[in-house]
Amino acid sequence: MTSSAKRTIRKAALNGTGLLVFALAVFPVFWMASTAFKPNNEIFSSTPKPLPSHPTLDHFDLVLNGGIAEVSFWQYFANSAILAVVTVVASSLLALMAAVAVARFRFRFRTTFLIMLLIVQMVPCEALVIPLFLDLKRLDLLNSLPGLVVVYVGFAAPFAIWMLRGFVAAVPKELEEAAAIDGAGPLRTFFRVLLPLVAPGLVATSIFSFITAWNEFIFAFTFLDDQDKYTLPIMLQFFFGRSGNAWGPIMAASTLLTIPVIAFFLLVQRRMVSGLTAGAVKG
Amino acid sequence: MLDTAPAVRRAPGRTPSGRARQRRRPRFGPYLLIAPTVVVIAVLMFWPMIQIGIMSFQKVGNRQLRGEPAESVGTENFRTIFDDPFFWQTLRHTVLFAVVAVTLTLVVGTLVGLLLNKLGRRMSSFVAGGVMVAWATPPVTAAIIFTWLFGTTGGLVNWTLDLLPDVLVGGGWDDYNWFATPLSAYTVLTVCVVWQACPFVAVSVLAGLKSVPGELYEAARVDGSGPWRTFWQITYPILKPIFLVLIVMSIIWDFKVFTQLFVMAGMANRDSFNLSLYAYSEAFGSLNPKLGMGSAIALVLTLILLIVTAVYVRVMVRQGETR
Repeated sequence: MTSSAKRTIRKAALNGTGLLVFALAVFPVFWMASTAFKPNNEIFSSTPKPLPSHPTLDHFDLVLNGGIAEVSFWQYFANSAILAVVTVVASSLLALMAAVAVARFRFRFRTTFLIMLLIVQMVPCEALVIPLFLDLKRLDLLNSLPGLVVVYVGFAAPFAIWMLRGFVAAVPKELEEAAAIDGAGPLRTFFRVLLPLVAPGLVATSIFSFITAWNEFIFAFTFLDDQDKYTLPIMLQFFFGRSGNAWGPIMAASTLLTIPVIAFFLLVQRRMVSGLTAGAVKG
Repeated sequence: MLDTAPAVRRAPGRTPSGRARQRRRPRFGPYLLIAPTVVVIAVLMFWPMIQIGIMSFQKVGNRQLRGEPAESVGTENFRTIFDDPFFWQTLRHTVLFAVVAVTLTLVVGTLVGLLLNKLGRRMSSFVAGGVMVAWATPPVTAAIIFTWLFGTTGGLVNWTLDLLPDVLVGGGWDDYNWFATPLSAYTVLTVCVVWQACPFVAVSVLAGLKSVPGELYEAARVDGSGPWRTFWQITYPILKPIFLVLIVMSIIWDFKVFTQLFVMAGMANRDSFNLSLYAYSEAFGSLNPKLGMGSAIALVLTLILLIVTAVYVRVMVRQGETR
């Protein structure tokens, strides 16, 4: 065999493996969406097909308009969206301030602060849920979205800072120094020079915080009592527990919960990795 | 990202640029900037951690929830836990699951990462995009999808296993209930968690591989090194710091896995509890909540994770991450 033929076969084998990995990775999500569009007789067919032969929107209609447990789907959607947006705004603000501090200044306790950020990222929320439940109860903030959002900000901020400080550090200091020489005050320098340059990083961290809040389960499940306050994941779990084998509507609801996250995620994935393993990869 | 010369990273503050930075520093600026975060973390994480420590020596139940002061019970909670075979069973589940899931995640993730590195540019980002979908899926959704895939009626996995020749996989898969025994339930959980976790490993490994200078591989090839040797002699040493971080993070994530197991097995299925589910069910699972007991179990979990975290922090500090 010639070496070029060998190379062609090698390449084909690699690409084939690549496609296989792709298929395995997306299959569960694909199966979710496919089930959501299948009529019931196809869902429970003895010869399941990958794609629906007679696609139907019935399951989506049931989820969106039938109301799950007397509450409109859009109520859950709104709860999740409000929580996510407030978490994003608050944690981005905290992150921006702290990231500027650690990336631009040397100060006492700076290393302590950074180590603290590392440690709290590892704290299990499964443990903290117990004391936080009691604290919120004492403050009369149980079963309320404001109580929940405070907790989300606390859990989203450390990683957001960790991620954003790389972006701040990547902006050449000389730009700010030049602005200062031109007579711009610190605030003006910040808004005119640093902020526009850090904006892409801020978008990436925001989406991360968004996903944290959007996907969060254990706190929302524990703290929220009233159905009209449930977030989408809680609604999904509740619906799943109640309707047993109604896989069509369950998968339709899952699809509606998942699509926004996947879309956002694909936008920022590369930045997220560099944020998590930052220094380990900077050769 | 930020690329500082090694010398600077090893001796911060002692280099000219470090000193220049110090000279310009305003007195309160950085402290004001980090103050809100410090307050948030202190109130939402450090204080609750201390509370867990306190509560694990107390009886906190319905009466305390109505506002009565908590009673101190000394080490009774811990004695109850450590004497209970059920606690050791949940601990065993937790550890075994973490060992299997972490190993699989790292092996599969690394292989996918190596593959992504070998693929052409467009193919590589196509496959990476697909792999990301698994990572992005919310845990609740992932758990529900896998319950459906491994379901008894209409589940695709049982259907496929039933189609395969009985010689290979045995028969009677048609109505096999994956969630009936802890072992099979944890098998499903492992597949689900590994599916979601290995993309992160793959992409990190890919990022690390991209930083390996091509000349090294060139030189290895000239010297007649095979792929196996090349991996252990060149790729592995360069990726080692990344692997350390990935291993520690995976251990921590898999040790406290909650949502997926909660959705799949639920609170009723005590046989397949792990530590975090056990702590949660003691604290909130019944009409007679035992928050003190829950705290004691949560404290055990947290202490184990803190040990792992200490390793993580050490690795990160050594790699100059906190500079």
